[in-house]
Amino acid sequence: MPDRRRALLVLATLVLLALASFWAALAAGSIPVAATDVLAALLGHDAPGADIVRQLRLPRALAGFACGGLLALAGALMQVLLRNPLADPYILGISGGAGVGALFAIMVGLPTLGIDGLAFAGALGAMFLVFGLAHGDGSWTQTRLLLTGVIVAAGCGALISLMLAIAPEDRLRGMLFWLTGDLGQAASAWPPMLALAIALVLAMPFARELNLLARGLMQAQALGVAVNRLRYAIFLLASLATAASVTTAGSIGFIGLVVPHLVRLVTGNDQRLLLPASALAGGALLMLADTLARTLIAPQQLPVGVLTALIGVPVFLFLLSRQGK
Amino acid sequence: MSIPLLAAHGLSVEIGGRRVAHALDLTIESGQRLAILGCNGAGKSTLLATLAGLREPASGRIELGGSPYAALTPRAAALRRAWLGQMQSDPFGSTVLETALTGRHPHLGRWDWETTRDADLACSALAAVGLAGMEARQIHTLSGGERQRLAIATLFAQAAPLYLLDEPLAHLDLNHQMAVLELFTGAARDCGAGVVMVLHDPALAHRFCDQALLIDGDGHCELGAVDTVLTAEKLSALYGYRLRQFEIDNQRCFVPD
Repeated sequence: MPDRRRALLVLATLVLLALASFWAALAAGSIPVAATDVLAALLGHDAPGADIVRQLRLPRALAGFACGGLLALAGALMQVLLRNPLADPYILGISGGAGVGALFAIMVGLPTLGIDGLAFAGALGAMFLVFGLAHGDGSWTQTRLLLTGVIVAAGCGALISLMLAIAPEDRLRGMLFWLTGDLGQAASAWPPMLALAIALVLAMPFARELNLLARGLMQAQALGVAVNRLRYAIFLLASLATAASVTTAGSIGFIGLVVPHLVRLVTGNDQRLLLPASALAGGALLMLADTLARTLIAPQQLPVGVLTALIGVPVFLFLLSRQGK
Repeated sequence: MSIPLLAAHGLSVEIGGRRVAHALDLTIESGQRLAILGCNGAGKSTLLATLAGLREPASGRIELGGSPYAALTPRAAALRRAWLGQMQSDPFGSTVLETALTGRHPHLGRWDWETTRDADLACSALAAVGLAGMEARQIHTLSGGERQRLAIATLFAQAAPLYLLDEPLAHLDLNHQMAVLELFTGAARDCGAGVVMVLHDPALAHRFCDQALLIDGDGHCELGAVDTVLTAEKLSALYGYRLRQFEIDNQRCFVPD
């Protein structure tokens, strides 16, 4: 039976996990910083490596936590909205739209702010395009929404390939890093942190209604859920959360797909626990993956999207093969 | 006179350009049981979903306990009527108890969690349909009949005064068919519940209901007491197959010719 005390216990455990991951992100790197020095740096004292921790690693760790949390939350919401366990935050073309915007900005040589601005504009454009087309005749069925999203994503994919083909040689590396996701490009950690907090605060009051939505539209309606309004709200919320993350760190893969499934294995499918737990676990996992991406072959950095996918693909295949039994 | 649980006035229902019902008047009072019969595709489910406020009628008024659906929030409507759909699809895992507890949703506030009282209600609903002891089972390990009984238990947990049932006997063996029908007629007799159910067996409809509605699929409906509506002549015309009628111990049976 769903139990508030058990939920708090699971969340407390995940908070500890996130803190451990946070500490690793601050301490590890090409210049290791001792635990006591990390603490001193966080408290604003002077210590060996304090500048590295405060100016380089802290914003990056926070951005990682926020983006991981946003992606996992958006993934969990999309899976309920589409009633499809294989849905992820990018399935409806949000990251594709952002990708078109960001790559265009990189190709023509805009500064970071321009890249972020165009990425966010692209994500919003894709969102409204999918919303308008899927809504169309007012039926707004899951199949229609999914099909529209997948088609828009495919269109964006074609534009991205086109830009990669015609982009000047020296811009290609930046474009590829953006596409696989890179927390090093995060300008500031606060916008995504704020977005994560707002998204959670907006989603949580509807968590029990989402449980019903996952069981079927008419069932949910019959049990007292204002289904259409809830679906619009969830679509907008998940899309904006995805846009916030993609704008910050590019399209980091697999967090949004795998984390809700991993959490579901432990907690079951009660959204009241699943949503905050996914946000915490997603944040912790992305901070960890990013730390690995910085340190595995330091001083060279790997794109974090490659690591999340390398961790995510086998885990997901394992889960999928278990599900069949 | 008390307000009827459900009242439809001049109701017309259409789906895909086809007329299912035209200018239908219908009331369900406390304790009444209505069977809806008709061929596949005649529009029984469409009519039932319309009566449940889950789709818009082409014209006419529907009142649930005296209020039109437009004046009720979805949650207020869920406290007045429970609807059993035909398809239970479960893309995500869940336990039997969690599923039965979804019936308590309209009774809970936005931030409430289910209490032990809700769990007790859900457990007794599960026991009523013979699923006691299966609370912790995953729903995708249930058989079709068990899944159907779980859906019915969820309805009882919802504890609304009006039950709208789309093929409640689907997937059930004979024993459980009778048990489920007796549960709903018991709820009508003892708690004054109203029951509308789509059935395919006219003999069971005659035995467990007091009114019947025949839908022929061309917009023509016939509503009346089971004794006058459920006859071999009318049912033969309805199903397009000749039936013969027998009376055994005051129970009417229909046998295909």
